[in-house]
Amino acid sequence: MSEVKSSSEEEQFHLPAADSFFQRWRLIKDQWVRYGVVAGGLGVIGAVVLIFFYLLYVVLPLFYAAESAFVDHYEVPGKNLGETAFLAMEEQNEVAVRFTKNGQVIFFKVQDGEVLKTETLAAPEQAEIISYAQGSLNKGVIAFGLSNGQVLVTKHDYKISYPNDVRVITPHLEYPLGEQPLTLDPQGRSLQALAIRVDEDQSTLAAKTADGQVVMSSFIREESLFDDEEGFERTDAVLEAAGDEIDFILLDKDQRNLYLADAAGTLTFVDVGDKGRPVIKHKQQALPLNETITSLEFLNGELSLLVGSSSGTVSQWTLVRDEQNRSGLQMIRSFKVSDSAIAKISAEQRRKGFVAIDDKNLLGIYHSTAERELIKEKIADHAPVALALSPRANAFLVEAADHKIHFWEVDNEHPEVSMSSIWKEVWYESYPKPDYIWQSSSASNDFEPKMSLTPLVFGTLKAAFYAMLVAIPLALMGAIYTAYFMAPSMRQLVKPTIEIMEALPTVILGFLAGLWLAPFVEENLVGIFSLLMIVPLAVIVFAYFWQYAPKQIRHKIPEGWDAAVLVPVIILGACLAFALSGGIEAVFFNGDMRVWMQNEFGIGYDQRNSLVVGLAMGFAVIPTIFSIAEDAIFSVPKHLTTGSLALGATPWQTMVKVVLLTASPGIFSAVMIGFGRAVGETMIVLMATGNTPVMDLSIFQGMRTLSANIAVEMPESEVDSTHYRVLFLAALVLFMFTFVFNTLAELVRQNLRQKYSSL
Amino acid sequence: MIKEWFKSGSPWVWLNAAAVSTSLILVVGLLLLIAARGLGHFWPADIVEYQYLENGQETVVIGEELEESLLPAQQAKENGYQLLNNAEFLEQRLLKVGNRDLTGMDFRWVQTQYIQQQQYPEELVMIERREWGNFYGRLLAVKENGKIVGQGEQAFQAAQDRLEQALDLFEEIEQLQKSEVGAINYGLERLRLKQRSLELKDQWNAQSEQDFALQRAEYDKQYQTLQQQLADLYQKIRRDSLVVKAANGQQMDIALEKVVRILQPNAMSGVEKTLEYGATFIEFVTAEPREANTEGGIFPAIFGTIMMVMLMAVIVTPFGVIAAVYLREYASQGIVTRMIRIAVNNLAGVPSIVYGVFGLGFFVYILGGNIDQLFYPEAAPAPVFGTPGLMWASLTLALLTLPVVIVSTEEGLARIPKSIREGSLALGATKAETLWRTVLPMASPAMMTGLILAVARAAGEVAPLMLVGVVKLAPTLPLDGNFPFLHLDRKFMHLGFHIYDVGFQSPNVEAARPLVYATSLLLVMVIIGLNMFAIKIRNHLREKYRALEG
Repeated sequence: MSEVKSSSEEEQFHLPAADSFFQRWRLIKDQWVRYGVVAGGLGVIGAVVLIFFYLLYVVLPLFYAAESAFVDHYEVPGKNLGETAFLAMEEQNEVAVRFTKNGQVIFFKVQDGEVLKTETLAAPEQAEIISYAQGSLNKGVIAFGLSNGQVLVTKHDYKISYPNDVRVITPHLEYPLGEQPLTLDPQGRSLQALAIRVDEDQSTLAAKTADGQVVMSSFIREESLFDDEEGFERTDAVLEAAGDEIDFILLDKDQRNLYLADAAGTLTFVDVGDKGRPVIKHKQQALPLNETITSLEFLNGELSLLVGSSSGTVSQWTLVRDEQNRSGLQMIRSFKVSDSAIAKISAEQRRKGFVAIDDKNLLGIYHSTAERELIKEKIADHAPVALALSPRANAFLVEAADHKIHFWEVDNEHPEVSMSSIWKEVWYESYPKPDYIWQSSSASNDFEPKMSLTPLVFGTLKAAFYAMLVAIPLALMGAIYTAYFMAPSMRQLVKPTIEIMEALPTVILGFLAGLWLAPFVEENLVGIFSLLMIVPLAVIVFAYFWQYAPKQIRHKIPEGWDAAVLVPVIILGACLAFALSGGIEAVFFNGDMRVWMQNEFGIGYDQRNSLVVGLAMGFAVIPTIFSIAEDAIFSVPKHLTTGSLALGATPWQTMVKVVLLTASPGIFSAVMIGFGRAVGETMIVLMATGNTPVMDLSIFQGMRTLSANIAVEMPESEVDSTHYRVLFLAALVLFMFTFVFNTLAELVRQNLRQKYSSL
Repeated sequence: MIKEWFKSGSPWVWLNAAAVSTSLILVVGLLLLIAARGLGHFWPADIVEYQYLENGQETVVIGEELEESLLPAQQAKENGYQLLNNAEFLEQRLLKVGNRDLTGMDFRWVQTQYIQQQQYPEELVMIERREWGNFYGRLLAVKENGKIVGQGEQAFQAAQDRLEQALDLFEEIEQLQKSEVGAINYGLERLRLKQRSLELKDQWNAQSEQDFALQRAEYDKQYQTLQQQLADLYQKIRRDSLVVKAANGQQMDIALEKVVRILQPNAMSGVEKTLEYGATFIEFVTAEPREANTEGGIFPAIFGTIMMVMLMAVIVTPFGVIAAVYLREYASQGIVTRMIRIAVNNLAGVPSIVYGVFGLGFFVYILGGNIDQLFYPEAAPAPVFGTPGLMWASLTLALLTLPVVIVSTEEGLARIPKSIREGSLALGATKAETLWRTVLPMASPAMMTGLILAVARAAGEVAPLMLVGVVKLAPTLPLDGNFPFLHLDRKFMHLGFHIYDVGFQSPNVEAARPLVYATSLLLVMVIIGLNMFAIKIRNHLREKYRALEG
């Protein structure tokens, strides 16, 4: 800068007047260019940092703790109408409903408890309500069991209209099985515990009578062909000796499994697939002797039971098939809420989460799959009477014994993910044992998302491993020869060819691997393996006899062109390998290696497997490793090698003892970068594997990698959903992985360069 | 003896040499494989006719032979085949029999042992259709408005003449529908958006309502005239049809409007076939795809790739060059440059799919979403830039190829002798002037190299594009005659994705495979061409500066 300034001063001296502005303008321009260029240069770091932080910014909400906020509390609406049996809220958290133990229905505003509407269920005069049950939570069905063996079934529903562009929610009651009470027990015994599931076509009710029998009725809707009249086909059954004391009855939404429980802790699973003939399949003591069941609810999907105990734990039980294919109840995890009895449990309607509240009104929100405790709050001083969780699980109501309803809001976006659900084995519902599974989405709300990244990381490493198995020997040996032994004229041909190899689009490699190589390998499996033996052997044998070949022939090939001579040898060797493969297969493998493997070792064969991926991705990685390694070997200072040769070492000894040793950091960094590339490669694995996320080391099985998984699922995932963020997490994992490898490799390389320049 | 030979290490040297040879064989073999399969696709193959006797039933099979397979007798028996005359092998041939509308399948395996007779009659025709794939069989007659105008020997010539006319008409219809009707629809959509925009700004009044109604009426009038023209053309093109007979003796009519090409390959000479080959290839490169991309051309994919790559080049060049200039000319070689180099290496090493994820989240949803809110409130809830599209794809790939340009430019800058810079500074130029007037012009071939390599890389990259804007079938090109001509928000087609999509996602993979090979060949040729060009420039540059230094 200083020279520039002085020269401009001098110019001013010679050329006065008009140019002084021009001179200043030049300097200003110079400064601006400097700022611009510096900003641009630092922008590159900025870009890397931006990518990292943006990925992190999307991923982090997965791990935020949930938050809850107290909104208001108010007197129980319609307090004089009776004690609460159930509380429920509608979707928008505007209207809630309270069903009393004597059959009153009170709709009220969630915000301030203002009563909107009151209705009375038409119970027969001489009967009273003994028990009550809820249908599937998302359907809003409530049933009351009467002392005369009858059941009242109703349903709360909401109509949304937009008069003057303002949302108005109008609650009303419906009667899915008719407004009149249904007679469940013809003998007219009092119904002490009740379960109900109502569906479009089929509805089932089950109840425990006063003398300990379980009666069950199923109604199948029948539409008459001739008129619009509907009827029900009714099937009745009685389950004898189900247990002396049954306190809880639950029926799943498919109306196939009935669960009975007594307070002492015995769970009974009854198969009611055949409605006329229920069968007790399994009995299980769920709790230690001194504890009792205080609450029993389904988790969303109604595949597992949540058992609340007097000791303050909630345990999850699900039906698991054993080796003999018998279903039995099995505890898969439990949550400790507090030391006092669990009073109420309410499951979320769209996720596998639930809320549990204990006697002392301590409330916890949990997620079963992730095994996460998201929130723990003391709601009130008095014991809870009723608990309602909104359908979107973003608010809840708790009624306490002092006749106050407490309204809370919850912010709990991503409870499904925890470190343990992503990386560790998880015991999913209906699975025989804990496992690593990736199965992210399904159309139904009941589905339990299985988002374990472990099988994907495993698949990624497996694919990269087989690719490296192919690439490392070929690339490194090729680099050694090209850099050290090859004639310069041939090197000038080889290097661009390898560069073109690097430029080949991976989509083409993947396409060839999937549609050409995979069937080829399947047909010529033995040929591929015999190739590994025969070709090197052929090369050695050829080399041995080459030294005895007539001089005229040998001298035609200039020094350092050996590789060119070998081309026909290798092609012939490969042809020989494939020609022999039929014979080998017939002699050693009974004519078909795949069948033989299946019979002898039980090794299955996928057409698109790791071997195909290894070959194709190995091909893609060879040039990366080759170029960097070749560079490192070639730039080993010449005086080292000449010194070694002068001391009498053979070229090969010089290579191994001097050159490779000096260049080893460069070779290491070449392998690192190659590995990074194999880990991140998408199209080849996407096209050349079956993309099934299995964890199997076998070379004949496929895999799904992190990158292919992103490519497959990202376009379909909903923005900002848990699935979307988990896919970003997968991208972040890939980013970190390659970041570490590349940075390491680059540091090693920079050091090596300094070392060379000092040698 | 042998022991000594091993001790000398020369077997290891030979094995190392074998690794190089293997790599070379793999590259060349791969290219040959693609070339052979890709080029074969356009050759008008002969049509064979078999008298085929299977299980006592005699049938005629007509089709193109594709490949043969030999199955050892034992395996064939295990798979439930019968072998005549105790043959050692079961020989099978794969035929493309076409006529998907009649038989439901395009391909068929026949066993040579059942072939009674095999001939190549000259009168067999291959008719390439717009629907249902190819037809193979005999041409019986040509009809005009249901009346036969050519029969027997003259039928083929008559069909050829009329086909030419039909193809012209078809092109005219396409032209009208695509550009004229398309322009009207585009205009109407813009009117709707403008109206919505005025409404949002509370400037919508009786005056503008009247204006808009007038404009709409104008468009409507144009549309009516066009409809009339189209109806006339349709009537003309539907005039002619062909009467054909398939291998199983079934006769049917094929409307000439559905026909792309009629050939009698068995009657064609080598020269004719070569000409036909050229014509088919040109059609492949310039035509629109048909039948869920499994037939026809790949023009939109080529066009989309070029557009995307050009936009990307415009974005990446300045940034790449500035970063390289900073590294070489401005930064003092210390911790900062070291970090930048690590950053550049990381940019180069980060998996491309991660760029896709970043592009989707950051560019599309954050940048695009905000642009929509600020500038296109009238389009809501439909996104304009808040959805994957051409611009975001180019930006994402620009980020992805940035290191390529940086590394290459830096190399070029490093090769410029110091004396040149010092000379310029000594003459009183500022650093910026030195850079602009001497250094950058000298480094321009290096930048060019970087740019070409970046373009080659971008043209072959698919994974990130799948997330940020590529679709299997784009209804409109990103560049057309409607203002503002270049539509950065549109989705586009891409050669690489086309290969993936047609090869793996299409309903009829078998039939589409030759087309995929042809597309691959095109893509490989473009990329290799670009790379060779870049290597050539680089080598030339190295020579030049070596001379300068000396």
